[in-house]
Amino acid sequence: MTKALKLTKNTEQGVREFVKFLLEKGNVKGVFTLKKINQKGSVAYSLITTSDELNDAVPFYPLMPTNAGTLLSRFTLNGSTTEPIVAIVKPCELRAFIELIKREQGSLENIYIISSTCGGVYPLKIVAEETIEKNLSQYWDAVKKGEMNENLRPACTGCTEFTPYTADITVDLIGHNNLDKECVLILNTKKGEELAKEMKGEFLERELDKETLKKFYDKRDAAKKKLFNEINTKMKGLDGLIEIFGRCIGCHGCSTVCPICYCKLCEFDSSDSEYKPSTYESELKRRGGLKVPPGTIYYHLGRLAHMGISCVGCGSCEDVCPVDIPLSIIFKKVGESIQQIFEYIPGKNIEEKIPLLTYEEEEFTEIEE
Amino acid sequence: MKKDETFMPKILAFLCNWCSYAGADLAGTSRSQYPSSILPIRVMCSSRVDPLLILRAFLNGADGVLVAGCHPGDCHYQEGNYYTRRRFMMLKKVIEGCGLESDRLRLSWVSASEGSKYARVATEFTKKIKELGENSAKNEIFL
Repeated sequence: MTKALKLTKNTEQGVREFVKFLLEKGNVKGVFTLKKINQKGSVAYSLITTSDELNDAVPFYPLMPTNAGTLLSRFTLNGSTTEPIVAIVKPCELRAFIELIKREQGSLENIYIISSTCGGVYPLKIVAEETIEKNLSQYWDAVKKGEMNENLRPACTGCTEFTPYTADITVDLIGHNNLDKECVLILNTKKGEELAKEMKGEFLERELDKETLKKFYDKRDAAKKKLFNEINTKMKGLDGLIEIFGRCIGCHGCSTVCPICYCKLCEFDSSDSEYKPSTYESELKRRGGLKVPPGTIYYHLGRLAHMGISCVGCGSCEDVCPVDIPLSIIFKKVGESIQQIFEYIPGKNIEEKIPLLTYEEEEFTEIEE
Repeated sequence: MKKDETFMPKILAFLCNWCSYAGADLAGTSRSQYPSSILPIRVMCSSRVDPLLILRAFLNGADGVLVAGCHPGDCHYQEGNYYTRRRFMMLKKVIEGCGLESDRLRLSWVSASEGSKYARVATEFTKKIKELGENSAKNEIFL
């Protein structure tokens, strides 16, 4: 059993009070959380240092404006932050952050992580439609009952990694009946326990309810299999790829928002990947025609090869795609197939090396035909 | 896809400088026979072969891509080929996952003394590619 802290407030309110307490006590100097911009469903990640500003913090709002892993890496790029901060993030964002740390793009030092079991987020276009507030009560109802919500990001619909692995504190959301009456913070680490020590509330022994989560997992897993099967029927040969990626306009938005794509100069934006007039000429001589701009399939296959091993399946790529290519499912599917050969779950364990940066002497002997 | 008798595939072979290139050389000086389908490119180490190079070759219409290096444990740089092996596994999954033919890629360990093995690999791989036929990316416009 793990130590836990129970507050008799609704979960969001409880967490808000908790981080306010941390700020006022001086345990942390900053809070990183989602905060409302207006009442119509616009939210943004913010770093907050005064407790008044936390009044409209909405830590578990079902939106992901940017993958927080990227943002946390921004603060900690030079090592640790000068002052301790607490960050409230979703499980896939935490995993993305861990993957970035493995790539020396951030640090966990001086950061307390609060995460939760995650019911998924809506696509960002719902912000423009201003319909999210209407959905919220339904969303939380489903989360309470441990049921799946509809119209989420496809990546979320098929997400089976909804429990955080390395959070200091995990907030029990999925299948937690009393979400509007109580708030349960599970203190996974010493760091987490230390943080909650002086908070007024009931301390008890509690773990996430495995049975509820297993049921939820099964639902998500079935949805994932369905999504994978759908995409599998489309991804048949080069023609299939052209069918899927042909409408790509080459904006590279998917790699811009991808938390794993951290390179300052992407290979595919560099002059190496540029077609020079002479390249066009030689290509045209051979092929008798060329889609312009060229290199679409190369870009997506190349990106799969670059970051597939660490894809956390957050779905940001698909969310920003202006032509609605089912990127998140493709990357999740191919990513998982790569991760499975190395039995690797990206972001699960900070000690575990990225599989492509390490090796065993005796392995995969079958590959050499 | 074309499957005629006269089809001679184009196979790009990335050969490591220390083992496989010397192995290919030995195949030549020993007058071993192997098909002319192989276009060798010498690289300093098999781990120098960026997966993107393989993808690019594939999309530019190479019918097959062979990567050859020193046997595991024999790498001139101690451990390069171990990384190659993992990367190759990864790339095969990418190709397979996208519904493309991962059989068009091959990884082989050929040492400097294995001229005959090089000839055998070249012959076998050419035969395999002949069975698969021409790479349809060759004449594809919408890439």
